[in-house]
Amino acid sequence: MLRPNTTKGKLIVVEGIDGSGKSTQIDLLYKWLQSQGYSVFFSEWNSSPLVKSTTKQAKKDRSFTPTTFSILHCTDFADRWENSIYPLLKAGVIVLADRYVYTAFARDVARGVDPDWVRNMYSFAIVPDVAFYFRVPLDIAVERITSARTSLKYYEAGMDMKLSDNINESFRLFQSHILAEYDRMVDEFGLTLIDGTLPVKTQQKNVRMIVKKMLGNWQGLENPNKSPIIMENPLAPNKTKGSKK
Amino acid sequence: MSTNNFYGAGFPYRNFQKLPGKLIVVEGTDGVGRSTQIKKLRHWLEAEGYAVSDTGLTRSILTSNGLEEAKSGHTLGPITMSLFYAADFADRIENLIIPALSAGFIVLSDRYFYSVIARNAMRGLDKEWTRKLYGMALKPDLILYLKAKVETLVSRLIHGRGLNYWESGMDMHLGDNMYDSFVQYQTLVMKEFDELAVEYNFVTINADQEVDKIMEDLKSPISQLLHNRLPKEMKPN
Repeated sequence: MLRPNTTKGKLIVVEGIDGSGKSTQIDLLYKWLQSQGYSVFFSEWNSSPLVKSTTKQAKKDRSFTPTTFSILHCTDFADRWENSIYPLLKAGVIVLADRYVYTAFARDVARGVDPDWVRNMYSFAIVPDVAFYFRVPLDIAVERITSARTSLKYYEAGMDMKLSDNINESFRLFQSHILAEYDRMVDEFGLTLIDGTLPVKTQQKNVRMIVKKMLGNWQGLENPNKSPIIMENPLAPNKTKGSKK
Repeated sequence: MSTNNFYGAGFPYRNFQKLPGKLIVVEGTDGVGRSTQIKKLRHWLEAEGYAVSDTGLTRSILTSNGLEEAKSGHTLGPITMSLFYAADFADRIENLIIPALSAGFIVLSDRYFYSVIARNAMRGLDKEWTRKLYGMALKPDLILYLKAKVETLVSRLIHGRGLNYWESGMDMHLGDNMYDSFVQYQTLVMKEFDELAVEYNFVTINADQEVDKIMEDLKSPISQLLHNRLPKEMKPN
């Protein structure tokens, strides 16, 4: 299972289905922690430049299987883990992650991979100090996503699972499976439940209160100039010219 | 096919029919002559009337670009690298090896995940983690392990394609030059392989011999496998 956090840093993650409002909340949390003078780093799911060209191509070709989808998302996570998250936690930084291992546990299992297998794959990661789970009823999440965007993407809608030929219906069914997996994990991993139907401001107030309590008088890496942390990855896309076909 | 044919859970979302083909793996360290032997085995098997498909580590289209990019940058962490290999492996199992086996082909695999276990173990990754990760691997019908002395490998490589960064384990900083590093690295890899040979029932072949002699030693366990266990209708006359 996940390892305990023995680093000097603090790890805070947000989870929830698409449209649960978690990204809005973590963005507000980031700004607040930054203004409080902490050293904060933000890491987003599926954002490693190294893995991006591979996943982009596979999504375009629709050549993922549930297993390769799962492994490549873990590869993305591992790259961020080894090159930024873990070293920064060691240094005493507060790392905020928009989606963490629980996303994989929910999504990949909904796609049919073995639950123990995917948990083992992510077992190099550590238990977050707080893992917020933004819970919203399916209808509200689906409404938020479908009204905000022009069209859903193939894998996002779980079209690879052949749940329905209708992309909106497929998305709905897929999200309901993911929601069920999340709900199962609340107890398994002690996720901190936040009611995602409350006003944004109320949710943020609760989030900050919980984080404040968790931090107590903890002191991490100093940040005298209140400056943001940007980890330059040497493999950023603009530096790997000519590699794409 | 039941889950018994996988080392772990396999692919629970798929139903497999019986796989009439045979999966034969050729394992061994860098420079031991695997690809030469596989080429010869393929010719031999085809001449005997079998349909043959071959595959090898990092050959999946899905990950080949990403892996090349990653290797050329040398900035990949050991866990990330290992997962890239696993994605390549899973893709080939599902999209190439299983379809070929179900069509009755003999699949010759140039290395298998045992190589990855050895390479990961040397980079300090948990062995159990790697083993469980490869729970989606099919159990081969035969694992042939080409084993040669380090001196043999050095001589073959220097007179062949040369020593390279990764095969010499330069990322592990074992020596200050490629030769010393290669010798140390491959010696350690072989130690790992010796353990794996017992755990996974490798058939060890002496690869210090001449190419044709090695070939003869490879043919014999394969003949035994094909003639004893292949269903009658699969046997060529």
